[in-house]
Amino acid sequence: MSQLLTEFRRPELLQIVALTLRVTGAALLLATVAGVPIGALLGLVRFRGQRLVTLVLYTGMGLPPVVVGLFVYLSLSSSGPLGVLGWLFTPTAMIVAQAIIAFPLVAGLTMSAVAGVDRAVRQQVFALGASRWQSAWTVLLEARVGVTAAIVAAFGGIISEVGAVMLVGGNIEGQTRVLTTAIVLYTRQGEFALAMALGVVLIAVAFGANVLLLRLQGRLRDQ
Amino acid sequence: MLTPAARMDGAMTHIRSRFAWVLVTACLAAAATAAAQAPVKPGVLRLATTTSTDDSGLLRAILPAFEKLCACRVDVIAVGTGQALEIGRRGDADVVLTHAYQSELKFIAEHHARERFDVMYNDFVVVGPAADPAKIASRRSAREAFAAIAAAKAPFASRGDNSGTETAEMAIWASADLKPAGAWYRSLGQGMGETLIVANEQRAYTLSDRGTWLAMRDKLPNLRLLLGGRSIAENPDFALRNRYGVMAVDPRVHPGVNAEAARKFVEWLVSPETQRVIAAFGMTRFGQPLFYPDSDRWKASQVPAR
Repeated sequence: MSQLLTEFRRPELLQIVALTLRVTGAALLLATVAGVPIGALLGLVRFRGQRLVTLVLYTGMGLPPVVVGLFVYLSLSSSGPLGVLGWLFTPTAMIVAQAIIAFPLVAGLTMSAVAGVDRAVRQQVFALGASRWQSAWTVLLEARVGVTAAIVAAFGGIISEVGAVMLVGGNIEGQTRVLTTAIVLYTRQGEFALAMALGVVLIAVAFGANVLLLRLQGRLRDQ
Repeated sequence: MLTPAARMDGAMTHIRSRFAWVLVTACLAAAATAAAQAPVKPGVLRLATTTSTDDSGLLRAILPAFEKLCACRVDVIAVGTGQALEIGRRGDADVVLTHAYQSELKFIAEHHARERFDVMYNDFVVVGPAADPAKIASRRSAREAFAAIAAAKAPFASRGDNSGTETAEMAIWASADLKPAGAWYRSLGQGMGETLIVANEQRAYTLSDRGTWLAMRDKLPNLRLLLGGRSIAENPDFALRNRYGVMAVDPRVHPGVNAEAARKFVEWLVSPETQRVIAAFGMTRFGQPLFYPDSDRWKASQVPAR
C-alpha cells in the first residue's frame, strides 16, 4: 500500500493524466458535436433506408477499437492517403481514432433517446407554431437525460480504450503516453504496483468526470 | 403571483439556457484543445524499436546524450520487431533498431534501407518451472532442450507475436526438426514481460532475452534459468546469441523521413563512445551488462594499435 502511494508521486503522472483528459475530451467533443445532431435527426425523421443506417450505427458501437486504430493508422501512415498531415504518432491521431470510436455510441444512443420522446410532445410543439428547428431543439431537450447518457457511455468507452491509441499514438513517453497505454507498458515490465496505481487514477478520473456529467443530468431532470 | 403555466415556462427557459451553456463551454474546450496541437517534425527523430531495448531501460539511459548532440527529440515507438519493421516499411519511422537478422536483411532487399549496422548483442536463455519436468537443465544446447520439452509435452509459452525473440524461437524449433503444436504449446501473441508472467503462472518453459529475465526475475518466483548460464560468457549455445542491428530508412523510397537525423543517430549509436556506455549499462543493477557492444567501429577500437 505504501508502495502504491509513492507511485502517485511520480512527476510524469500529472502529464499522463493531462494528456488522457485532453485526448479523450477532444474526441468526446468531436463525437458529441457530430453525433448529437445526426442522432437527433435520425430519431426525428423517417426516410428510406433508415433501418440500414440504424443497423450500421449499432454495429459501429461494437467495432473493436483496435480495428478502428488500424484503419486510422493506415490512413495517417506516410504511405497512406492522409500521410501528408503528419499526424501519426501524435495526440491528434489519437483524438481522431477515439472520436471515430465514440461517434456511433453518441449518435446511436441519441437516436434512441430522441425516438423515445412521446409523439404527443412533438405534435404539441408543432401545434404551438414552433418552427422545425425549434421543435427539434425542444424534442432534444425532452430527451436530454438519454443524450447525457449517450455522452457518458461514449466517454467511458474511449477513456478506457487502449488498442487504438497504442497503435496510432505509439505510446511515446512524454508525447503520446496516456493512462491506458502506460498501464499496458508497466504491466509488460512487471511494474504491477505502478500499473495498479495508474488503474486507480484512471478510475478516479472517470469517476470525477461522471460525477460532473451526472450532476448535470440530475439538475436538468429535476427542473 | 405567477400562473402555473408561466412558472413552467420560466423553468423551461432556465433548462434551455443551461443546456445551451453546457454545449458552448464544451465547444470552447474543444477549440482550446485543438489549438494546443503543435505540429512537430523536423526536430524529431522517430525510432521504431523492440520492447526489449526500451523495457530494459537502455534507451532512457543513452538517448538524452543523443538528443543533446542533435538538438532534437527522439520519439521511441517500442513494439515487437515485426511491427517495428512494418512501421519502417511504411515510412512511419526514420530509423529502426531491431533484433531479427534475417528479417532485417529482407528489409534491405526490399530497399527500405540501404545498410544495416551491427549495434550490440546479448543472448537468449531458456527459463522454466523449478521442477523442470522435461529435465532440460542438463542440456547443452537450446535444440536439445526444446526437443526434450516437446517430447515431454511440457507447457511452453511462446511469444507468438512475430517478434525477434519469436523468430529466434522458431529457428530453434526448426533446427530440431520440430513443428510445435498441441495443448502444451501456448502461443500468446504478447510481449516478453507478459509472456514471462504467463510462464510463471502456468509453470511453463519459455525463451527469453537475458535482459528482460534479469529485470523481471524477482517477480517470477516459480521460474528458474535452466539453460544459458549466469552470464553470456557461460552460455553454452552460440545459437542463443541475439544480435541487434540499426537501419536508417532510405529517403529515396520514403521521402517523408528525417534522413539527416537518422544518419546522425546511426553514426552516434555505433561510435565507440556510445558503445562504451552500452557496455556499462546494467552493471550497477545486475552486476553484468545487458547488452554487449558489437559495432565494427567498436571492435576496431578494441584492437591494440600495432
